[in-house]
Amino acid sequence: MLLSTPTSPHAHTPLDTSGLMRLVILATLPGVAALTWFFGWGTIVNIAFASLIALACEAFALYLRGRRVMFYLRDCSALVTAILLGIALPPGSPWWIIAVGIVFAILIAKQLYGGMGYNPFNPAMAGYVVLLISFPLEMTRWLSPLGTFEGSVPGLMEALQLCFGGGFDAHTMATTLDVFKQGAGLMVADVWQQNPQFGRWGGLGWEWVNIGFLAGGCYLLHRGVFTWHAPMSMLIALTAMAAVFYDGGSSASGGSPLMHLLSGATMLGAFFIITDPVSSAVSTRGRLIYGALAGVLVYVIRRWGNYPDAVAFAVLIVNFAAPFIDHYTMPRTYGHNRGGSD
Amino acid sequence: MRKVWDIPGGVHPPENKAQSVTRPIASAGIPDVLIYPLSQHIGAAAVPLVEKGDLVLKGQMIAEAMGFVSAPVHAATSGRVTAIEERVIAHPSGMHAPCIVIEPDGENRWIEHSGLEDYTSATPAELLSIIHDAGVAGMGGAGFPSAVKLSTRPDTPIHTLIINGTECEPYITSDDMLMRERADEIVRGTEIIAHILGVSSIIIGVEDNKPEGIASLRSAAEHSAGIEVISFPTKYPSGGEKQLIQILTGQEVPSGGLPSALGIVCQNLGTTVAVHHAVDRGEPLISRIITVTGDSCREPANYEVLLGTPASHLLELSGQQPELCERLIMGGPMMGFALESAEVPVVKTTNCLLAPTRAELPPAAPQQACIRCGICAEACPASLLPQQLFWYATAKEYEKLEAHNLFDCIECGACSFVCPSNIPLVQYYRASKADIRRHHLDHERSERSRARFESRQQRIEQEEAEKQARRQARREAAQARAKEAGTKQPSRSDAAPDAADVIRAAIERSQAKKQAAAAQSQAQADMGIEPDSAQDAIDRAMAKRAAAAAAPKLSPVEQLQNNLASVQSRISKTGEKLEQARTTGEDTVSILESSVAKLEAKRDQILAEIEELGDS
Repeated sequence: MLLSTPTSPHAHTPLDTSGLMRLVILATLPGVAALTWFFGWGTIVNIAFASLIALACEAFALYLRGRRVMFYLRDCSALVTAILLGIALPPGSPWWIIAVGIVFAILIAKQLYGGMGYNPFNPAMAGYVVLLISFPLEMTRWLSPLGTFEGSVPGLMEALQLCFGGGFDAHTMATTLDVFKQGAGLMVADVWQQNPQFGRWGGLGWEWVNIGFLAGGCYLLHRGVFTWHAPMSMLIALTAMAAVFYDGGSSASGGSPLMHLLSGATMLGAFFIITDPVSSAVSTRGRLIYGALAGVLVYVIRRWGNYPDAVAFAVLIVNFAAPFIDHYTMPRTYGHNRGGSD
Repeated sequence: MRKVWDIPGGVHPPENKAQSVTRPIASAGIPDVLIYPLSQHIGAAAVPLVEKGDLVLKGQMIAEAMGFVSAPVHAATSGRVTAIEERVIAHPSGMHAPCIVIEPDGENRWIEHSGLEDYTSATPAELLSIIHDAGVAGMGGAGFPSAVKLSTRPDTPIHTLIINGTECEPYITSDDMLMRERADEIVRGTEIIAHILGVSSIIIGVEDNKPEGIASLRSAAEHSAGIEVISFPTKYPSGGEKQLIQILTGQEVPSGGLPSALGIVCQNLGTTVAVHHAVDRGEPLISRIITVTGDSCREPANYEVLLGTPASHLLELSGQQPELCERLIMGGPMMGFALESAEVPVVKTTNCLLAPTRAELPPAAPQQACIRCGICAEACPASLLPQQLFWYATAKEYEKLEAHNLFDCIECGACSFVCPSNIPLVQYYRASKADIRRHHLDHERSERSRARFESRQQRIEQEEAEKQARRQARREAAQARAKEAGTKQPSRSDAAPDAADVIRAAIERSQAKKQAAAAQSQAQADMGIEPDSAQDAIDRAMAKRAAAAAAPKLSPVEQLQNNLASVQSRISKTGEKLEQARTTGEDTVSILESSVAKLEAKRDQILAEIEELGDS
């Protein structure tokens, strides 16, 4: 009898990294569905094209680095980056925007730092911020959501044309967060009345997109892909900040907590971006601090920053802080003093 | 009801315990051969008491303990010693070690033995000696000799005895079956141990996935004062000694310390039965309960197995199909180790033989990149950061590893179990621990040799300095001779500058001395002593010294005799001066008196020295 002698433990959970990534991809479905419903096929086209480029970039980098291409492609991490960036980009973005973002995210933010597991920044957010700073016009041209103009959300062909042709003339409109940023001097209630895209809580369409990502996030929590600490901490911090500065809806108000929770990339950020394990803090306590910091920064940037796209910037900033947070939140090891000195 | 605490982390691997508890404990019988490794415990290996060809009886000691932390080995049945040689033993590295091999004769004849009538009348020391001679060693973990673990020290009083019936490893049911079938023996052994320790609080901790065992134990312990049977939620690794203490008491064993620091002693459930047999029956530890399980076994079950039985014998009994099994694990799937061969004998610490099929425990998937998901940190019962340790381990940052408390890792395998990237984390930690230990050893060694080198260097320097001083003294003596000679004849040209220097220095010295003498004579003149006499004395002394230096080297006795002569003359001269001073009534009398006394003392000293030298 020929016996193999691996070391203990001999048992292993069935969950593996590729499986985790596939779960994350699966969990984006409700949010993507909401985006598609309200903003047309642009998001799907974004995701599809981004995925294609991402896989190509990843394979190219792995080939250059002399790694096993298929083995590492199968971990699906490039796909996750592509999908998250595809979601974050305005639906119907031109193809070169998507390409530049993905190339930066995969080649520079991820592979140049050593690939999967070694990137200090969230690749999707790094790509997004590069695009935002480089091409502010294209990056802030969000299509009008369904319901503001008659039958106006682009179908698949129109979305493809938007992406690759560039000729299609679509309606665009400022997002809720944009309006809040620009619309000084109006009471919150007035802003709401004057802008048809505001919907009920967080912007027409946006509230459903956020609820979709919230649902996906809850599914991932349930499956144990990540713990509640970072997302809950971020949402609570954001709510608290918004509540403190709401001031009853005056013209100087920063918007209601509900609006902040349900607009922009709040839920996407809370459940799909800051939960990226590679670039976040590692301990439970660290993740609480990490999430809270992200939540506060999201509000600060939305309210007083130059860009309304606060989540991306907030995430990059807390990525910077993660090693620092880790250093100060080392858990107390069994058998060591509560003072932590020995 | 006692409060039960939770431990951080932990995992819930599939238990797989049900398949081996359907049958009662059966005897595994006597195999064709019994193999006894001399080291089945922590500590020094035992020393054989038998030789090849000897006949041994059941229960006979065939190897004796070597020192305090060691345990003897006994034959499990009667038979003949056929070899004392290296065999593959139960060890993770698959190493070979010296073993005593016995061929049973089938008669199973016991050696004469008897237990104590009443253990309560025996002193703890007597009981410990019985337990030690019976070869009892921890039967759940590393196999620490029980007598050592139960020997309390006066400076660390013990108040609580914890019996570990957790059995948190999947698949293993030997303790469970022991509880179900032999609860009274467990209670009896526990009482003996409690008597030895003199403790008041006794807790038997059991995971709540063994309700039958707990019920049976509770009813057996009903009439036994002080024994509490506590069940707590099932979670791996609750059965780790440190974890069990935390669960049952809420306290943590200090890092690097022992449970005795908290006044606690832990014993394995199986050990209690062994203690009972040793004390009440006088039987050494020669058999134990072992779970034989895994999907490749047709009839997974628990057996009472003679120690030394080869694994293959047990596998045959359980109807194992070798063709289905790629690895054979001694212990459980979390901390057990894979055997290289089925010929490995079971030892005191063997609680399970696991023969899984490939589908049951598939080979490890290839390792992927660490994504820092932190699932390992959530699983760690010691609250370590396994992924940080992994990074430092791959980078060989030993200081960081120690700062992150690598040595508090109990190697339970929970982190490896949950890692989605299939990283064999525990393996990295084991390797790093070994590296660090070696590193420390090397460091210590190099420190020692550095200290040795430095002290040698110092010694050499000191010797050199002494040599230098002697050389200097000789040179000065030579210079003085040269000076004397120089006044008579011109120096050689090559030595001229040197000699001139020496002479100049000597002149300067003598001038300085003259000045000092002038000052002194002035003072003496003030006191009424003639300056001339002082000056004369100085001159005489100088001349004498020069003469002495120029004179050929004298033997010590001769030198002393010279000294003696000069002291004698000084005494007589000073005596004369004293007489003179007395007659004239000068006030220098007291000074002169004291100098006479000093000179006389010196003379006595010199006389004594001469005598000494003469004697030797």
